[in-house]
Amino acid sequence: MPLDQTAKSGTPFSKVGTRPLRPDGLDKVTGRARFGADMTAPGMLIGRVLRSPHAHARIRSIDSSAAEALPGVKAVITAADFLDRQDEHRDILVNVMAREKALYDGHAVAAVAATSAAIAREALSLIKVDYEVLPHVIDVEAAMRPDAPILHDNMFTSGVEPRPSKPSNVAARYQFGHGDVQAGFAAADVVIERSFRTEATHQGYIEPHACLASVGSDGQGELWCCTQGHFMVRDISAALLGMDISKLRVTASEIGGGFGGKTTVFIEPVALALSRKAGRPVKLVMSRAEVFRATGPTSSTSVRVKMGVKRDGRITAAEAELKYQGGAFAGSPVELGAMSAFACYDLENVSVIGYDVVTNRPKQAAYRAPGAPMSAFAVESVVNELAERIGMDQIDLRLKNAAKEGTRAAYGPTFGPIGLIETLKAAKAHPHYAAPLGPNQGRGVACGFWFNFGGQTCVSLNINIDGTVALAVGTPDIGGSRASMCLMAAEELGVSYDRVRTVVADTSSLGYNDVTDGSRVTFASGMATIKAAREAVKKLCARAAAIWGIPEDAVVWEEGQARPAGPNAGAFPPLSLREIAAMAPKTGGPIAGHCEFNAENAGPSFATHLVDVEVDPETGRATVLRYTVAQDAGKAVHPAYVEGQLQGGAAQGIGWALNEEYIYGPDGRLQNPGFLDYRIPVASDLPMIDTVIVEVPNPGHPYGVRGVGETSIVPPLAAMANALSAATAVRFTELPMSPPRVLHALEARRMAQAAD
Amino acid sequence: MAARHVRSIINGDAVEFVCEPEESLLDVLRDRLALTGAKEGCGTGDCGACSIILDDRLVCSCLVLGVEAEGRRLETIEGMAQHGELHPLQRKFLEHAALQCGICTPGFLVAAKALLERNLNPTETEVRYWLAGNLCRCTGYDKIVRAVLDAASEMREGRHAA
Amino acid sequence: MVQVRLGGTLQSYSGGRSTFEIEGANIGQILAGLGEACPRLKPLLEKGVAVAVDGEIYRGSLLHPVRPDAEVFILPRMAGG
Repeated sequence: MPLDQTAKSGTPFSKVGTRPLRPDGLDKVTGRARFGADMTAPGMLIGRVLRSPHAHARIRSIDSSAAEALPGVKAVITAADFLDRQDEHRDILVNVMAREKALYDGHAVAAVAATSAAIAREALSLIKVDYEVLPHVIDVEAAMRPDAPILHDNMFTSGVEPRPSKPSNVAARYQFGHGDVQAGFAAADVVIERSFRTEATHQGYIEPHACLASVGSDGQGELWCCTQGHFMVRDISAALLGMDISKLRVTASEIGGGFGGKTTVFIEPVALALSRKAGRPVKLVMSRAEVFRATGPTSSTSVRVKMGVKRDGRITAAEAELKYQGGAFAGSPVELGAMSAFACYDLENVSVIGYDVVTNRPKQAAYRAPGAPMSAFAVESVVNELAERIGMDQIDLRLKNAAKEGTRAAYGPTFGPIGLIETLKAAKAHPHYAAPLGPNQGRGVACGFWFNFGGQTCVSLNINIDGTVALAVGTPDIGGSRASMCLMAAEELGVSYDRVRTVVADTSSLGYNDVTDGSRVTFASGMATIKAAREAVKKLCARAAAIWGIPEDAVVWEEGQARPAGPNAGAFPPLSLREIAAMAPKTGGPIAGHCEFNAENAGPSFATHLVDVEVDPETGRATVLRYTVAQDAGKAVHPAYVEGQLQGGAAQGIGWALNEEYIYGPDGRLQNPGFLDYRIPVASDLPMIDTVIVEVPNPGHPYGVRGVGETSIVPPLAAMANALSAATAVRFTELPMSPPRVLHALEARRMAQAAD
Repeated sequence: MAARHVRSIINGDAVEFVCEPEESLLDVLRDRLALTGAKEGCGTGDCGACSIILDDRLVCSCLVLGVEAEGRRLETIEGMAQHGELHPLQRKFLEHAALQCGICTPGFLVAAKALLERNLNPTETEVRYWLAGNLCRCTGYDKIVRAVLDAASEMREGRHAA
Repeated sequence: MVQVRLGGTLQSYSGGRSTFEIEGANIGQILAGLGEACPRLKPLLEKGVAVAVDGEIYRGSLLHPVRPDAEVFILPRMAGG
């Protein structure tokens, strides 16, 4: 599709780029919005899940007879209540309910539905599970050792030739790159090699997973749930339960955050199975501890990076080895981490190897630019150190090596128009970069990249008889996307923003939509909305043409009105959308536009972050003094919500850098499954977060839109580490940089200085 | 244990309910009184999504028992807009785009209201520390803090004008 | 003929070979041709890959046309958060 920066009418945007109030706003500030746990049904039961207290254990038997006999208990289920599938859904099936083995602390082993939460809880205590506790492994490096306890006897490392003869915890080996890194290092004046570690962090959405399931004896089911993709929930749940897809309707509630963690299923198939067995609706809501123990954190990682640079600042070679553990199943985001590691740089010689490793932890789930923040942490830390060693400004070194249009990306293909250099220049020109720093303060810079995705998308746009517009999309709105859809529809149709209402339709109302992920919604559902609106405009023009008795191509659409294309077409007063809509019932029936397509060519996204921190030498506590994000949005449809994405990603990254971590005891149990001990940033931890929206149009979208949701979490880990290093003269290579760890490093430095 | 009978004033209305002695006030509000504006993000008083005002005191309703509401006045998010008119904080949250997913929003609004009832001229730091008991994972707090400061400013002007 | 390049990981299934000349007018035909030229790649290609055509990434468009002089790069299938 050609880039059409001026919208259909040939005039500049009149709606896109403005900041109207969001259509779901009133409900959300008054408590009326209905989230996952806010729904009830007549005759509803309460479901609860029994979870393994062991990190790794064979399940010898489960005796649920006492629980079933408890008055008020209406159903008890185990893995036997699901189809024993061996297909691509196998891992999800086993994660939803343990089969032969419990693979992590918190792994579901059974579930009950009862007439009250208290009875359900009591019933769980009556289920007897006979476990044979097995040796476990938590750490990624430990899991790769030859003598590590093996999670899956059938796991043979893929991507290795010849195929290994013995099973291991390494699910796959990946590699990317081009050129000759050895020659590149030989040509370098300075080579730096360092190893880094990051801890697992949780997406930390404030809304726990929640759903309400109802399956009748006719095999038809209804499911209400908070999810990033209700079509995905429908298809996978139907598969695990052996239902026809058409018999299950899933409605997406308002969703209280996801960040990737709600792109899969956990309790939804369980609630459906309980409801099917009990013959009554079942509500199932996770506790916060269950969210931490059994849903999505991202990987903990171990990363080695080696880079070489000439004195003039040209990077000659880059090499990385990434080890990501993804919990108890294959599928850590190491491949994406490997592909994105050096994406910001124009490199002749680059080599990245990644290992996907399983451990006795919950199955990792996607977390905002999955895999990229950890590799960027390592790479961007080394880039800063290179700059220090050759005495070059940290932005100038990046500008000298920045990927641009025509650069062959480290992961293979050639970049089209991209905005990395523009974000670097915006950061350099920002007053923040020139502001003075005080004692114990340091400034860090880091860049970040994310691929951005499109995907299957389907929308329906209907013109109502009063000239208002009903737009149905199939991608849950997680951060204000309905406002963006209304803006784009209004732009195309030439009607005011508040005459368009966008809803997230259920799975029976639209064709398949991929989940809200990959920063895809404003791009893909937005493009589908534009296409549907253009189809509706075509029909509106055809209707006007029929009314006037002139050919369809003699009618144009301008500012919300059909007009004759020119004097030769005839002299008719324009017909507004409202007028055509009013006449629709008697001139051929309803008018609508639809779009079903697979959005491709999403256009990569880049950002540069600047941060100032102050480190208290007495306590090791780091305070964020100032933070600035410069990111390419292609075209910001609703700038306020674009800023929100940039700020939110930065805040999550700061938490990852400073405090957040999964802490396991020697027994393999998670020690901090709550917000008190798993500390996400609070308002008093952060300053205002300044944003600069750069707009380098994406040729793959009619308005130039690029996804913005994920890139903002990629640079902060490294930006923070670079700032702390600048403030303390200690290079931090392990996250989180929590006060004890920083204090330890400062003390080590003082000891070393004293020894000198 | 037998259920208890409790009388309270909720958002100005006399309300009677029965609840189990161990039942939290949050569960009573959500499950028995259909006031689902208060959210359970943690159930341990760490996230503030269930914030309500109990006799002029800001509390996490997940840490209060339902029976403790006997004879007391409760304000929840559902009572914040009066006679169909949004509270300035609610308006400013919308204008500043101070919410993304919106799950934490009721708690933030109730907590911010409690702040402004005590201090109508808070500094940014005071706002940040007062709201430190409310977790938001989407916004990075920037727009929330701006919305609260802007609402305070508008309410101060309104008070002077009145 | 279209010149098709493989991402690093896929090369471990092609005996280290990174470039293929494949006959095909769209992405689907090129993937089919690649599977025939290198049968060990077939299961991976069928499981799903992303294809960069002149730098634009396609994940689900087998019918997308490919010019003979296009830059075609096969990548793993990717998803976001």
